[in-house]
Amino acid sequence: MAETPSFKREMLATLPSLRAFAVSLTGRHDKADDLVQDTIMKAWAKQESFEMGTNIKAWLFTILRNEFYSQMRKRGREVQDSDGVFTERLSVHPSQYGAMDLEDFKKALDSLPADQREAVILIGASGFSYEEAAEICDCAIGTMKSRVSRARVRLQELLDINGESDYGPDAVSAQVTSHPHSA
Amino acid sequence: MTVHRRGRLHSGRQDEGLGPNTDIGSRLRALYGSVQEEVVPDRLLELLEKLDSAEAAQRAADTE
Repeated sequence: MAETPSFKREMLATLPSLRAFAVSLTGRHDKADDLVQDTIMKAWAKQESFEMGTNIKAWLFTILRNEFYSQMRKRGREVQDSDGVFTERLSVHPSQYGAMDLEDFKKALDSLPADQREAVILIGASGFSYEEAAEICDCAIGTMKSRVSRARVRLQELLDINGESDYGPDAVSAQVTSHPHSA
Repeated sequence: MTVHRRGRLHSGRQDEGLGPNTDIGSRLRALYGSVQEEVVPDRLLELLEKLDSAEAAQRAADTE
């Protein structure tokens, strides 16, 4: 069959994003890579159940997430006991983000309930639609939307508290867009 | 990762304040992107290769 090589190729293409999601769940690179490794094994074993041409990224994220939670349950750990999101090796220029730098933002993310944090990462960083994210997390779309919206409100509050002295809410968008709207 | 090429968000997606040009969206992407841009560890790539070649060998044996 010709489908196996491209199954491998599709998995390869998804690995960077899958790792990033794993790091966001486990908070540590070594644990994240173990989790990705287990996910690769699981996915490979059940590749028959994957339909080529459908969304392999969402499929792999679902497997990884299920694996993460089942491992946590087996160890009797609460998700909240994990080491926090993106705890290590941050390789971004903090100065780019002004007063509320990324370290503070990580703390803000850590302060969210696990389901909200996961929701905001899947939608805001992994690039999934609400529908896909709801499927990955096995919840209703409305639930996903409300998790994201609560997370966003909370993060925005924290951003405002941290940044209000010298950092306006439009500063980041002004940097990103070459020319902000003329307001 | 979804990349919005136009400056302001008028895409069909309901980002609701999480678009790449928002405070939160840009930071989320920066954190996530910092991991995503790392080189994937060899052990993961080797595992995929191993699984793939084991399967190819199995298939070859089956068709004999």
